[in-house]
Amino acid sequence: MSLSIEQVRRIATLARIELSDAEAEATRGKLNGIFGLIEQMQAVDTAGVEPMSHPQDVAQRLRPDVATEPDRREAFQRIAPQTEAGLYLVPKVIE
Amino acid sequence: MINASLTELRAALDAGKISSVELATLFLDRIERLDPALNAFITVDRDGALETARAADARIAAGDAGPLTGIPLAHKDVFCTEGVLTTCGSKMLANFVSPYDAHVVSLLKAAGAVSLGKTNMDEFAMGSSNENSHFGPAKNPWDTTRIPGGSSGGSAAAVAARLVPVATGTDTGGSVRQPAALTGVTGIKPTYGVVSRYGMIAYASSLDQGGAFGASAADCAQLLTAMAGFDPRDSTSIERPAEDYSRELAAPAAARPLAGLRIGLPKEFFGAGMADDVRAAVEAALDGYRALGATTVDVSLPNAQLAIPAYYVIAPAEASSNLSRFDGVRYGHRAADYRDLAEMYSKSRAEGFGAEVKRRILVGTYVLSHGYYDAYYLQAQKLRRLIAQDFQAALADCDVIAGPTSPTTAWAIGEKSDDPVQMYLSDIYTIAVNLAGLPGLSHPCGFGAGELPVGLQLVGDYFSEARLLNAAHRFQQASDWHLRRPALAA
Repeated sequence: MSLSIEQVRRIATLARIELSDAEAEATRGKLNGIFGLIEQMQAVDTAGVEPMSHPQDVAQRLRPDVATEPDRREAFQRIAPQTEAGLYLVPKVIE
Repeated sequence: MINASLTELRAALDAGKISSVELATLFLDRIERLDPALNAFITVDRDGALETARAADARIAAGDAGPLTGIPLAHKDVFCTEGVLTTCGSKMLANFVSPYDAHVVSLLKAAGAVSLGKTNMDEFAMGSSNENSHFGPAKNPWDTTRIPGGSSGGSAAAVAARLVPVATGTDTGGSVRQPAALTGVTGIKPTYGVVSRYGMIAYASSLDQGGAFGASAADCAQLLTAMAGFDPRDSTSIERPAEDYSRELAAPAAARPLAGLRIGLPKEFFGAGMADDVRAAVEAALDGYRALGATTVDVSLPNAQLAIPAYYVIAPAEASSNLSRFDGVRYGHRAADYRDLAEMYSKSRAEGFGAEVKRRILVGTYVLSHGYYDAYYLQAQKLRRLIAQDFQAALADCDVIAGPTSPTTAWAIGEKSDDPVQMYLSDIYTIAVNLAGLPGLSHPCGFGAGELPVGLQLVGDYFSEARLLNAAHRFQQASDWHLRRPALAA
């Protein structure tokens, strides 16, 4: 397979990463090299093989439904780019 | 003191031959003198270290010292440290002072260990050479024109140059074992789930695992013992009793201490692609193991060559999800100019992430996108199953698997940095171990051309860390590769 420049732009949009025209072209070449490596997978017949998502096939633990985290809002918001009155500020979304 | 083992440092501290403050100062001064040539550290925390050391001295004086109380160490900059910069090697987090400690960091603090600072790494642990760091590449102490390996290159270089006795690292596809091999130190990645991932900035969550660097297996065993253990805050942390990974090491040295140990040699790890100088050192080390009583048996990992393609689907897929949290809203870099929310996201991420991180996010986004999931992510997870089954079949015929850690010794800075695929292929022997979730260790086993270190990798069954460490320890009792130091560190 070979990604087109349009496909690279589409993926970048999905990933929320701005790419200039020059970056998109350079990225396309590198990505196609990586996909050339990945394509080796397709030659293997994996019919009937159960996908493995975790080395130990353990069940997710449940814990009692009680609050375990203290309120540390100030400490967490101190490192945010922009906050006001305990809220994170972002550009206006709704006009 | 610079070359002392943790056991020797413990004895010196307990006997009052040196204080923790003096020991920390000794290593901090070495960092100040040698690190400009190595760039192994992103942050050196002299004031914090001396304060911790004073508290350690008080504990020692009160007879309340544990095995690591007063021992200097360094953390890979992937571990969150409260009040200390945690960059993950990225511009995205260049201003991030963590409001909390990673579980590993809090365990080592409670043990009284003295963190001297945070070590350099490939951005978000993505890389095999440390060249992907926003803070510039770390250098190999054996030849500063060469890479130390990655992604935990700073920790490996720091231990190799004795800027610190031991250091933490993480290993998603070889990021502890490969830099350990290329810098001539010992490094262990335990079984997936043994070390908590809480506060360890996520790359590929089903593969990420914390690990330890030291000059010897004995030092790694002590550090790992303090780092490991169940943590309810990590959903994949394994609930099992705590282990003393040093427990087999105290047995007295014997002529044939490894009698009965069957070492499997996968033919796929000894084929073309391994450099001649690496092969010679590895073969000689295997002779060493046989002299200690071990036997070797040929085994096969028939799907081993699929590990790299499967990894470069699974890891980027998980990374694209994990790194979506870096959006310029709650922490990290935010672009200065943007018209709307969408542009704030895309510009902040474009400016904050480096080229390799962007590539992996894009690969992951593509393989998870509509219509491609089955062909890529699901197929890779099926191959992962086959690879894990290969290891189980091989381990039915042997106790541990051995081979080279890296196909070559350390390469020149810049040699592979423009070719991601060549860089990816350098992890050919380590990646399959992460996919299977097994423990792996690398220890120095000789030198190749240009006096560059070669590492031997040992892989064992789930939870066999103590056995791997014991095997390496017996080898190190009978050899001195792990005692060699680069000229720069003298």
